[in-house]
Amino acid sequence: MAAERVYKATGFTLFWRMMWARAYPRIIGALRERDWIFFETVLPLGTTAAFVFIYRGAGAPPEYTGFAVLGGAMTAFWLNVLWSMASQLYWDKDEGNLELYILSPGPLMAILLGMAIGGIFMATIRAVTIILLASLMFSVSYAISSVPLLFLVFFMTMAALYGMGMMFASLFLTSGREVWHLANLFQEPIYLVSGFYFPVNALGFWVATFASVIPLTLGMDAMRQIIFSNQVGLGFLPVELELLILTILAGLFLFGARLLLTTLENIGRREGRLTERRR
Amino acid sequence: MALAQRLLEIPAVRRSDRLRTFITAAWLGWQIETNWADPLIFIIYFVARPIAALAILVVMYSIIAADSIGTPFFAYVYLGSALYLLTSQIIVGISWVVIEDREQYRVAKQLHTAPIDGYTYLVGRGMARFIVGILSVLVTVPFGVLIFGIPVTLVGIDFPLLIVSTVFGLAAMAALGVMIGAFTMQVSRQVWFIGDSISGALYLLTGAVFPIDLLPDFLRPLSYILPSTYWLELARRALLGDNAIQFQAISALDSGTMLGILIGMSLLLMLASVFVYRWSLRRAKERGVLDMETNF
Repeated sequence: MAAERVYKATGFTLFWRMMWARAYPRIIGALRERDWIFFETVLPLGTTAAFVFIYRGAGAPPEYTGFAVLGGAMTAFWLNVLWSMASQLYWDKDEGNLELYILSPGPLMAILLGMAIGGIFMATIRAVTIILLASLMFSVSYAISSVPLLFLVFFMTMAALYGMGMMFASLFLTSGREVWHLANLFQEPIYLVSGFYFPVNALGFWVATFASVIPLTLGMDAMRQIIFSNQVGLGFLPVELELLILTILAGLFLFGARLLLTTLENIGRREGRLTERRR
Repeated sequence: MALAQRLLEIPAVRRSDRLRTFITAAWLGWQIETNWADPLIFIIYFVARPIAALAILVVMYSIIAADSIGTPFFAYVYLGSALYLLTSQIIVGISWVVIEDREQYRVAKQLHTAPIDGYTYLVGRGMARFIVGILSVLVTVPFGVLIFGIPVTLVGIDFPLLIVSTVFGLAAMAALGVMIGAFTMQVSRQVWFIGDSISGALYLLTGAVFPIDLLPDFLRPLSYILPSTYWLELARRALLGDNAIQFQAISALDSGTMLGILIGMSLLLMLASVFVYRWSLRRAKERGVLDMETNF
């Protein structure tokens, strides 16, 4: 009896399969156990709603309600990047998966991209739910100037943001048990400097410029300009320029992620730290 | 472990399994929070995070009405937000312990087979976050007094009211944290933000940063059944004295009545948390998920 021939994927096919293999548990996991949808979409509405009421309490114009809703929705992506991208290789090392990734014939970049795809899927469910529910609850009105441009900005923001997350994954891996503190440290301070709940130009030119290295700063600024197009003088930079900068950032971060991953993998192999779980 | 060791050698503590568990768990939690981090990163973490959270509010107010900073209403919002840091640290801290022990350190089996009281262990581990929360409040309130002119003075603080209400308010939050942690025993890591999510919902409902009068009518009753609503109001009254702005529905209640309600609610929640913990533990054992690792 002849042995069954085993199909061996190589090159791009291997990369593609590896990527979807890593995305699979996140996508299926999100659909299989649906408890999280209530706890991570409906309940976080509380924080978003609180910011809406702060604006209302202060007598802000109605469009500020929309800013708070958009900011609340976008926190889903930032939290996902911090906790499920940047910290993930550390968790994987801790849980014994990292050594399996390295032992497998597939590229680590495919693993990171798979994590990003699965993460975007989960975060998008959360963000869309927040936008829909909050928009209905607070009667937010939108004046979208261009839907294709909005999708393009969103896509480039995600590419740059998750590219940054992939880069952080390697950096956070080196920080060991401090990863928890680092991820926490990047929450509220980033909400502040990136202008999650208010137009970023309120912080002044230089703060906004430095904060632009975080893709959500420019991404959200561009989205605000497109979604609330009836508001003049809202943006920090013109949308087209922000789109260009986001494209450059996406390229830089993806390149940086690949470079750092290779470098840190080599260092980790030399120093025997890839499977060391005590730090 | 010097301080913990001294406490463990106290005769009353040596005789009590629960006290020994509590002290050891608190020590362990503190080591995880502090000793495993670079001191500089830890200090930045516990100073920068709360200040950034408050700065978001300050910027939001300054955009709408720059002259509102320093008004009694701003003091109300600022102090509510600063005190709320403590609430969220306790709720998130205790509930997170379950996921951390099960998924990250994988010691759930050992913990549940050790001769310790699981409920006490959870509360003890949450103490580290409580201390971080206290430090955050001790940083942010003076920061607000110095930078934004929040009218809090040492002589004006009603310390007995502040201390009693804080003890019972935080005990209620700890009980809530245990209940969330207990529920977490039954579910996967997918819900690891459950503590943050509930904390976010309470941020809305307790009137931490805006008067609950602004809430829709159908949500307002929920505010009245939450102990943190009363604790935040009492703590603000204790800190601000005559400068405390009173415009929300519960302002009609005097401090004594409000304290009575808070104490009653806290005791009820503590009792309920014991039952919820036992029920969740039994359910998790029945479903075989007590040591589940999800690896998403």
